[in-house]
Amino acid sequence: MTQKFNVIGSRAPRLDAPDKATGRACYVDDIEFPHLLEGAILQSPHAHARILSIDTSAAEALPGVAAVITHRDVPDVRYGVSPARYDETIFAIDKVRYVGDEVAAVAAEDLDTAMAALELIKVEYEVLPHVLTVDEALAEGAPVIHDAFPGNICAEVHQEFGDVAAGFAESDIIRTDVFVNKRQDGAFIEPHRCVAVYDNFGQLTLTSSTQVPHYVQRTVAMVTGIDVGKVRVKKPYVGGGFGPKAEATPCDIISAFLAIKTGRPVRVAYSREQVFLHCRARHQFKHVMKTGFKKDGTIMALDHQCWLEGGAYSSFGIATVYYAGSLLAAPYKLPNMKYDGWRVYTNKPACGAQRGHGGVAARACFEQQLDLIAKQLDMDPIELRLKNIMTAGDVSCNDLAMSSLGMKECIEAVRDGSTWRDKRGRLPKGKGIGMASGFFVSGAGYPIYRSETYHCTVTIKVQEDGGTVKVLTGAAEIGQGSDTAMAMIAAEAIGIPLDRVRLVSGDTDYGVDLGAYSSRTTLMTGHATKEAGEAVKDRVLTALAEELGIERDRLDMANGLVEISGDPVDFSELRTKYIKEHRGWSDHPAGDQITFTEAARIAYLKYGTVVGTGKYKPPVLGGKFKGAAVGTSPAYGCSAQVAEVTVDLETGQVTVDSITDAHDCGKAVNLTSVEAQMEGSVSMGLGEAMFEEVKFDDQGRVLNASLGEYHIPTVLDMPQMSCIVVESGEPNGPFGAKEVGEGAIMPTIPAILNAVHDATGVTITELPITPERVLKALKEKEQEKD
Amino acid sequence: MEKIRIELTVNGKQHDLLVAPNRTLAQTLREDLRLTGTKQGCEVGDCGSCTVLLDDVPVNSCLVLAVQAAGRRVTTIEGLAQGNELHPIQEAMIQHGAIQCGFCTPGMILSAKALLDRNPDPDAGEIKDALSGNLCRCTGYQKIVEAVQDAAAKMGRD
Ligand code: FES
Ligand code: FES
Repeated sequence: MTQKFNVIGSRAPRLDAPDKATGRACYVDDIEFPHLLEGAILQSPHAHARILSIDTSAAEALPGVAAVITHRDVPDVRYGVSPARYDETIFAIDKVRYVGDEVAAVAAEDLDTAMAALELIKVEYEVLPHVLTVDEALAEGAPVIHDAFPGNICAEVHQEFGDVAAGFAESDIIRTDVFVNKRQDGAFIEPHRCVAVYDNFGQLTLTSSTQVPHYVQRTVAMVTGIDVGKVRVKKPYVGGGFGPKAEATPCDIISAFLAIKTGRPVRVAYSREQVFLHCRARHQFKHVMKTGFKKDGTIMALDHQCWLEGGAYSSFGIATVYYAGSLLAAPYKLPNMKYDGWRVYTNKPACGAQRGHGGVAARACFEQQLDLIAKQLDMDPIELRLKNIMTAGDVSCNDLAMSSLGMKECIEAVRDGSTWRDKRGRLPKGKGIGMASGFFVSGAGYPIYRSETYHCTVTIKVQEDGGTVKVLTGAAEIGQGSDTAMAMIAAEAIGIPLDRVRLVSGDTDYGVDLGAYSSRTTLMTGHATKEAGEAVKDRVLTALAEELGIERDRLDMANGLVEISGDPVDFSELRTKYIKEHRGWSDHPAGDQITFTEAARIAYLKYGTVVGTGKYKPPVLGGKFKGAAVGTSPAYGCSAQVAEVTVDLETGQVTVDSITDAHDCGKAVNLTSVEAQMEGSVSMGLGEAMFEEVKFDDQGRVLNASLGEYHIPTVLDMPQMSCIVVESGEPNGPFGAKEVGEGAIMPTIPAILNAVHDATGVTITELPITPERVLKALKEKEQEKD
Repeated sequence: MEKIRIELTVNGKQHDLLVAPNRTLAQTLREDLRLTGTKQGCEVGDCGSCTVLLDDVPVNSCLVLAVQAAGRRVTTIEGLAQGNELHPIQEAMIQHGAIQCGFCTPGMILSAKALLDRNPDPDAGEIKDALSGNLCRCTGYQKIVEAVQDAAAKMGRD
């Protein structure tokens, strides 16, 4: 099936790039709001404490202060991400649960005054004992963080698919491995911020740095009690998100309350330190995996346990604990799988969703284990993987259906691209090569709240004058390139050049769109955009067919020109009419084909404004068991990477020299953007593998809450990356497309770990791969030998 | 706080400004002159998103006081294009797909410009050194380095 495309699959420069390259692109802080007040949030200095009293009188009396609010001034509502775990309040009511918990907020004429007012708020606390680790939180008699959850277990999962005991009984080798990652920060370069405006019509408009205008709209409507139809959320350009911006934040909610109270626009903006305190980023996971294999390498059964250190609130955590199990059911055939997962509350900032949601540490553990088994079996790790991979048409033991899966192609591409065969087992001492695969959803099968809502709606309007169309979508461009991808899909679907498409996005007024998370936009919003584009094309061509007096199905459009099948048709009258309408203009259509501009004009004159709409929601997916929804998706992306490393055996320092990366994105809408997602994923994975770790002191305070002390990859840390795009043609995707934004991060950590093992013979089971850990492992290995 | 009068040449245009002694150059550019192309990701000198050129040298404008810049030349991202004609580095960043969220982009481009102005033919290592103070969480940097190499080649040809 090779369809010919005119726009899709090209390397068209991104639509937003010129504005971003020239400083014209506006982010929240770049937009002027007349009469703006600055908001600031008072946050808890204690990890766990009872609030005895709050006195705001001195703050209120400070000149320049417009409002001070605490829990007494807002409704006593619970909110959060999953309706099943609404465990957050707007401000702490009776107690604070982590260093950073919101206690009060101020709006003032300027930020200095707001900060000064915060200092004047007197809060009396009774400090309570706190728990900072999973072990502390689960200990007998541990302090309870939420009364409704006495054992500090926020969520637990117990699933079994197939017959795990029978699977082990048939296994020749059974291995158990343990793996621990570290809390990773999102570290997007633009911190969260929001400006709220409450207008004279009782409408609340938020301009927020968010990935999910739709969910922010719903949450803010719910907590403020304002009719959701009167809440509008606009997302200007956003300086990265990666998951932690995928929920309504205190910036959104508190700015809303302050704007309502003061009747003036209010901005609430996080400092970099507050980004670390808010967190909602990668959990710390501890995985224990017991896996059984046949002598020939066939995977028979997996018994998997996982503990997530969750922080003080649920955030996305329920989904996270499910994903940590469910995403292992593919891309290898795994007939029997048991999973027990616990997400545990601690007195630390809440963790949430981050690129590769729930699956990254699990994948690292499993892929590392596969290499260890391969070694035990004296098999090439690539052979072991190829032996077990699924192909299109396969369904996992937990009912995930592979409608396309270029796993084999990805593995072979990185094997050949890295010249694996020449290197594996042949590299000098201290050099290593390793590989791993990855797998991820292409959009969550269900919305976060239970609903039959469309996941996205798109409207395309043909401009009345001139052959330009305008796409309106609520989709959230956060840097990943969705605006450009949607414009390209619209252009392809209508049959016009890309420069004929204008696009506005990221505004709840433009339609429903669940937002930029779970790698959903290309497939889902892409479907809706394609459908809207096809509707536009049909409307325009139907009008033209009527005008020409021919059958509609003789007409098609490509590259902005109408194609007429069969006998030639005389359209000179139509063209004369168009030219008469545009006397004095210099850009009259010429040539022997009717242009889109002419056809669109005819459609307008016949029908008035031409509009096409599109919508998408996935079909009913997945099994009937509890939690079956998490992991379902209309399609799955997959990937493979080969890492090459150098290990300094004296110092333990690991250098990643190169990454060869293949990803099956179904069909690349924009080839450059696909590579860009792959390269960005590698950098985030490499950071987590090599050095990223949010550290705390024994009082639950973040020790490295800055981009100076929390090290993310700089240009000097990055290896050479070679990206290979695999296109399997996804039947459920628009023009065959599926995800690339998150699946691409999956293989990075285990590929590096496996390369380190190849170089040294040691297995690192705790991230990050610091020189100390490597040295320690090398020493232990030495001692074993003696 | 008593404000201080300073003269600042920004993108070739001279400004007379009254600034508080603790006002940073970044604040002055963004808020007083409304040159919002200069971004701020940390405000403490860690991320490089506020990079501007001070007498052709890249600085983190969140760490420079406006009064320290008095009498000096400042180049911001808004000063690179000539009318509608983009600077070759801007053009290359667009063509190479080196821009994602774009929040690091202005600072990145200015660091690259400072490099190419003093070293028109840098190797990859020199480019990486010059950009090492500019954090980008989106791109993995490879396309940025390629864009700067390409811009250098194009500029060398003209
Ligand atoms: S804002 Fe100046 S270095 Fe980050
Ligand atoms: S493009 Fe987003 S931080 Fe660089």
